[in-house]
Amino acid sequence: MAHGPAKGISRWLFTTNHKDIGTMYLWFSFAMFLMGGVFALVIRAELFEPGLQIVQPEFFNQMTTMHGLVMVFGAVMPAFVGLANWMVPMMIGAPDMALPRMNNWSFWILPFAFAMLASTLLMEGGAPNFGWTFYAPLSTTYAPPSVTFFIFAVHIMGASSIMGSINIIATILNMRAPGMTFMKMPLFVWTWLITAYLLIAVMPVLAGVVTMMLMDIHFGTSFFDAAGGGDPVLFQHVFWFFGHPEVYIMILPAFGVVSQIIPTFARKPLFGYASMVYATSSIAFLSFIVWAHHMFTVGMPVAGELFFMYATMLIAVPTGVKVFNWVTTMFKGSMTFETPMLFSLAFVVLFTIGGFSGLMLAIAPADFQYHDTYFVVAHFHYVLVPGAIFSITAAVYYWLPKWCGRMYDETMGKTHFWLAFLGLNLTFFPMHFVGLAGMPRRIPDYALQFADFNMIASVGAFLFGAAQILFLYNVIATIKKGKPATDEVWENPEGLEWTVASPAPYHTFTTPPQVK
Amino acid sequence: MLSRVGRLSACLLGLATMVGVNSTALAEEVERWGVNMPVGVTQVSRETYGLHMDIFWWCVGIGVVVFGVMFYTMIVHRKSNGAKASNFHESTTLEIIWTVVPFLILIIMAIPATKTLLKIYDFSETDMDIVVTGYQWKWKYEYLGEEVSFFSSLSTPREQIDNLAPKGPNYLLEVDEPLIIPTGKKVRFLITANDVIHAWWVPDLAVKRDAIPGYVNESWTIVDEPGVFRGQCAELCGKDHGFMPIVVKALPQDEFDQWLQTKKAEAATLRALTEKEFTFDELYSQGEAVYNRVCAACHQVNGAGVAGVFPAIKGSAIATGQMAAHLDIIVNGSKKNPAMAAFGPQLSEVDIASVITFQRNAFGNNMGDSVQPIDVLKFKQGGQ
Repeated sequence: MAHGPAKGISRWLFTTNHKDIGTMYLWFSFAMFLMGGVFALVIRAELFEPGLQIVQPEFFNQMTTMHGLVMVFGAVMPAFVGLANWMVPMMIGAPDMALPRMNNWSFWILPFAFAMLASTLLMEGGAPNFGWTFYAPLSTTYAPPSVTFFIFAVHIMGASSIMGSINIIATILNMRAPGMTFMKMPLFVWTWLITAYLLIAVMPVLAGVVTMMLMDIHFGTSFFDAAGGGDPVLFQHVFWFFGHPEVYIMILPAFGVVSQIIPTFARKPLFGYASMVYATSSIAFLSFIVWAHHMFTVGMPVAGELFFMYATMLIAVPTGVKVFNWVTTMFKGSMTFETPMLFSLAFVVLFTIGGFSGLMLAIAPADFQYHDTYFVVAHFHYVLVPGAIFSITAAVYYWLPKWCGRMYDETMGKTHFWLAFLGLNLTFFPMHFVGLAGMPRRIPDYALQFADFNMIASVGAFLFGAAQILFLYNVIATIKKGKPATDEVWENPEGLEWTVASPAPYHTFTTPPQVK
Repeated sequence: MLSRVGRLSACLLGLATMVGVNSTALAEEVERWGVNMPVGVTQVSRETYGLHMDIFWWCVGIGVVVFGVMFYTMIVHRKSNGAKASNFHESTTLEIIWTVVPFLILIIMAIPATKTLLKIYDFSETDMDIVVTGYQWKWKYEYLGEEVSFFSSLSTPREQIDNLAPKGPNYLLEVDEPLIIPTGKKVRFLITANDVIHAWWVPDLAVKRDAIPGYVNESWTIVDEPGVFRGQCAELCGKDHGFMPIVVKALPQDEFDQWLQTKKAEAATLRALTEKEFTFDELYSQGEAVYNRVCAACHQVNGAGVAGVFPAIKGSAIATGQMAAHLDIIVNGSKKNPAMAAFGPQLSEVDIASVITFQRNAFGNNMGDSVQPIDVLKFKQGGQ
């Protein structure tokens, strides 16, 4: 029996509706995006000029740590889960997620985890200050007392992610409409299915490594303490066994998003659908055997260096296939450049640039120079900001009319895009240069030869931040007073989500559609 | 600040006009801005630079082709130009080509990379060994078999960091005592750490190795010409991670030998000093220097510490209590808080005696007592 949403706050607290939960995930992730952004702006403000002006080194280290943690676990991951909640059931013709109560639970533990993490800023000794990679023993023996709260927060985030991914897998495997075979699924569904398996594989590893930290700190074990017979390098192996698949967790759904958007605005079917599925699977597999390329300088035997160098270089092959497929999808299309398409095109170009620097980093002897410099910071921000963040933004502009039944303001959307595009390149491109010239990452003050590029980067960062306020305004204005959207929204878009009304009814596909 | 903004815009303007004008001037400008990896001064650094440029140009080439097609499409195949969409969406031939071609490029790159890597990993036939130990937040250099060792820490004055004085040309890249190595010799570095993980990095030598407690990592270099090479700690190691630079000075063999002899003589003098009786004022004034060099990073120059992280020395129970407890925390460190390292192995007896004397009498602690180096030595021998 279809019925509408409950009234008042209980609608949101007790909801089991995939659309409501998706909405909450997206708003939550945007709030975290702003919080992590403020941390980033503190960093950029301090680095505007050489010398210590605004914050002291101990607080600076808390900012770099919290920025990374909040952006990875609070902004990017929940945003993609939010998109999955909204879109996966509608794309496969399912009435809801397979496990709706768990869905509610996996969202509602997140605000508590991040409230706990944020509260460490007010604790004696300050927030975690050991970087988002929290290498032991800096994060164990030498950590501030708030590390225990950090560990607990990570446990909760991990539980949320695992429940979310179980739900997505259960939904995709069991609730597809008749005729929706695997090789007919939209690519966003495919990439999320693979991502969900990655999450289930590696979040327990993260939970394991923070639990070992907890034992070392409070229960006298010595997993990572050389003085007790432990091994600080073990920490890095375990962390990156989680950490490398984690970076693909943040990019595979982005591949899915742009694979939906580019065909719509090129008015041409996605080129090489099957090879896209295989490439995504290969990337997921390779992500498990390349982790130690984050550790080339750790002193591995040369055989290990070679193995991880070759395996890492191999990732360029399936990733290249994806980029070639997107470009060929556009080729001989009939292209238009609405806001979601602009963000997707920027994704293809800038993510590829991030891929190039990744290929450079794979060359182990050269990595001895790049490692832990701003070149690495430039690299991973090029894959994460125009990669994950731009694709999420593109997805919001693309599906917002379907979600709220109203059209966003195209001029404002395009202004947002150009400001963000300019801001991001001003911020992160100069980081390649200072990194190559020798500026280490995670330093609150720097030698004079790095001054000019740092100033440019700081200006760019504030521009990028300002652009996001425009985004927020545009979304709110759309929801409140946007022009009504049609059911199809775009010109002949592909996918079941466009066959339902705009805004999408509270319950969709209570009778499954027939997929031909 | 305004002057920097002005200079920056002038540079940008200059750079823009120069592009069309003069390529050597452009090259100089690029050099001044520091946009690329240094070529460095060793065979390994030159090979590394070569690999870096090779892979960079491969990326540029691929980028030109891919983005070229993409921008062509965006300009020509647009709806506003009246472009009609085709419907092709599969081509096994194309898929095979763009799987195989990148794979071949990777093999072409992997061969020289492997060769250089094997060279870097050749630790045989070294001429001398130097143990490099990372401490929060300084480096210790120990010449194996020579009985010479010393600490090397940041020498940039605090006023420059706090913007109270103009910054020098080597701001944050200068140390009180650089590492000295001979030219033309294969010098092996044995790299480890005392507390957390650090990384010893000198770009001009293309040497970067993590310094990990409980591990001894190897690396090596042969510097052909004399010179001064600057680097920094590359692994986040706590509060002053950005303030533990590395300076390596390469000297011709004869000058290096001379320097080594002087250092040996200094070490002998220092050992003799342990026996000497110092006056209170001698201890206090030397103690102040040691305090500012070693302790002030955490406990602050005014002895007030940082609430919740680093305890104050001013009015502290230890600095105004029993001498034995004071000796114990300096020599053996704190069991409760590992950030307070054991300074027994790091500082000379003279330094320990003077810094203790200073701490007990500065910041209004006014204990009026002092301790002699020989007492420190006795404590070290008996009190462990």
